[in-house]
Amino acid sequence: MIAVELRKLVTRPRTWITIALIDALPTLVAVLLALTDIGPRPGTGPAFLSAVLSDGTLFPLAALAMVLPLFLPVAVALTAGDAIAGEAQSGTLRYLLVRPVGRARLLLAKLISVVAFVLIAVVVVAVTAYVVGALLLGDAPLSSSVSGTALTQQELAWRTALALGYAVLAMLGVASIALFFSTVTDSPQGAAMGALAFLIASTLLLTLDASQALQPYLPTRYWLAFVDLFRDPILWRDVLRGVVQQVLYVVVFLGAAWANFSTRDITS
Amino acid sequence: MIVTSGLTKRYGAVLAVDDVGLDVREGDIYGFLGANGSGKTTTVRMLLGLVLATSGDIELLGRPMPRQAAAVLPRVGALVEGPAAYGHLSGRANLTLIDAAGAGAPRRSRRARVDDALEQVGLGQVAERKVRAYSLGMRQRLGLAAALLRRPSLLVLDEPTNGLDPQGISEIRELLLGLHGRGTTVFLSSHLLAEVEQLCTRVGVLDRGRLVLQDQLATLQQPTGRTVVRTPDAAAAHALLDGRVERLSGDRLVVARIEPAELNRRLVAAGLRITELGPERRTLEQVVLAATTDSPVVSP
Repeated sequence: MIAVELRKLVTRPRTWITIALIDALPTLVAVLLALTDIGPRPGTGPAFLSAVLSDGTLFPLAALAMVLPLFLPVAVALTAGDAIAGEAQSGTLRYLLVRPVGRARLLLAKLISVVAFVLIAVVVVAVTAYVVGALLLGDAPLSSSVSGTALTQQELAWRTALALGYAVLAMLGVASIALFFSTVTDSPQGAAMGALAFLIASTLLLTLDASQALQPYLPTRYWLAFVDLFRDPILWRDVLRGVVQQVLYVVVFLGAAWANFSTRDITS
Repeated sequence: MIVTSGLTKRYGAVLAVDDVGLDVREGDIYGFLGANGSGKTTTVRMLLGLVLATSGDIELLGRPMPRQAAAVLPRVGALVEGPAAYGHLSGRANLTLIDAAGAGAPRRSRRARVDDALEQVGLGQVAERKVRAYSLGMRQRLGLAAALLRRPSLLVLDEPTNGLDPQGISEIRELLLGLHGRGTTVFLSSHLLAEVEQLCTRVGVLDRGRLVLQDQLATLQQPTGRTVVRTPDAAAAHALLDGRVERLSGDRLVVARIEPAELNRRLVAAGLRITELGPERRTLEQVVLAATTDSPVVSP
């Protein structure tokens, strides 16, 4: 079933259009930077963006910081929201279940396919950003941490890998929320909107001082903590909290999705 | 093949299916009749484990459902409430995907199975076309092909001829009869009496959630003991058979308490012209109407 879901993911035109659109923003930014040579002053604008003018190979991180707050979550919410509700809407859900595909198994296969989507999207963004950055932007090997000290290429590589992993985990949290909503409704748009409303509410509450007590539990609180991985020494506190928090979100929402889906009447 | 007892489904205050005891035997072509909204589809969904019963038991192929769905459903082919497929894929790609979904379908013979199913329903010519461009009839055939992929021993079909033209309906009928001949039991839910009458060996009738009738079609259509006569000399015949004619309408008489052969002899001896004479059989429509109008009206 997992192979089937992956095949469905890659044969669907929508997957690739979405990824191309996600990829378009950082590429556009790189082109603008290269043409104008005007970068944001250090400490302002998206993370890393001030550094890429001198070292283009840092651009993948800048690209990630650009797509992570909005583009990627929207794409993940749409894909995961479509997982069960989309099959229900097109009527194919009942035929999969009488095949039979176990309900827990179908849910797992859908989750894995969403993870694959996130991985493809993140890798495509990173690779294009690397190529574009190396071609268009500065090539002075700055390779420095956010804190200003020098990092070796090797150090930079594994920190980048960690950052990518962190981003994938954050998106897994979004996917779990959307997947839960997807088992509740037969409308894929409704499920995606539900998950996005959750994230938007979270982002909004983070800007509100009165909601300080809630903030450690909000799903978007530690999203951009991956920047801390490039400090010297690494500032682990927020990153670890973010990991624990996302794992909890995944467990709770996947559990709820499973509990709801496995006992639900399929009337679509 | 299908045995249910006390099968009941309640949606809030609405009793959709009420104490249904189906009995479908091996080798049957079972016609499951009922008006729209009588609970047919809910029953079918419960049989397949899509909807969970409020109470009652279901046995499919001798095993309890939905507990042993993983063992039972691979041997069941189903078409529930119209076909469904991925529009951006071809008919063949759709069948390949559905065949690969779920365990127990060896990859090596997949292509042969898909080809075979496409051929059986007559979609070989358009297999490579995207399903988005299929007509309703073609989608219906594709749904049937998906149900046939694993050569099931039980077919559960909900309105299988929906959207087909008369030629298509007759082709599907031939297909089902062929499969039945090779040992497949067919459970066919329909609101088309004529379709069921032509195809089925056994009939169950659902009315407002209750199974009001379940019997062999041949038993239901047994001669009523009365004889139908058509004659241009209806008035004379009526006078001759005084007291035995139950109904007279135009040139048609329904005569009771006399053997057809004896009746024929008398009419001919009296010099009456007979166009038609034979034992009266109830049509399925009459049987169903009698069964459904007798049942008490459910108070809301």
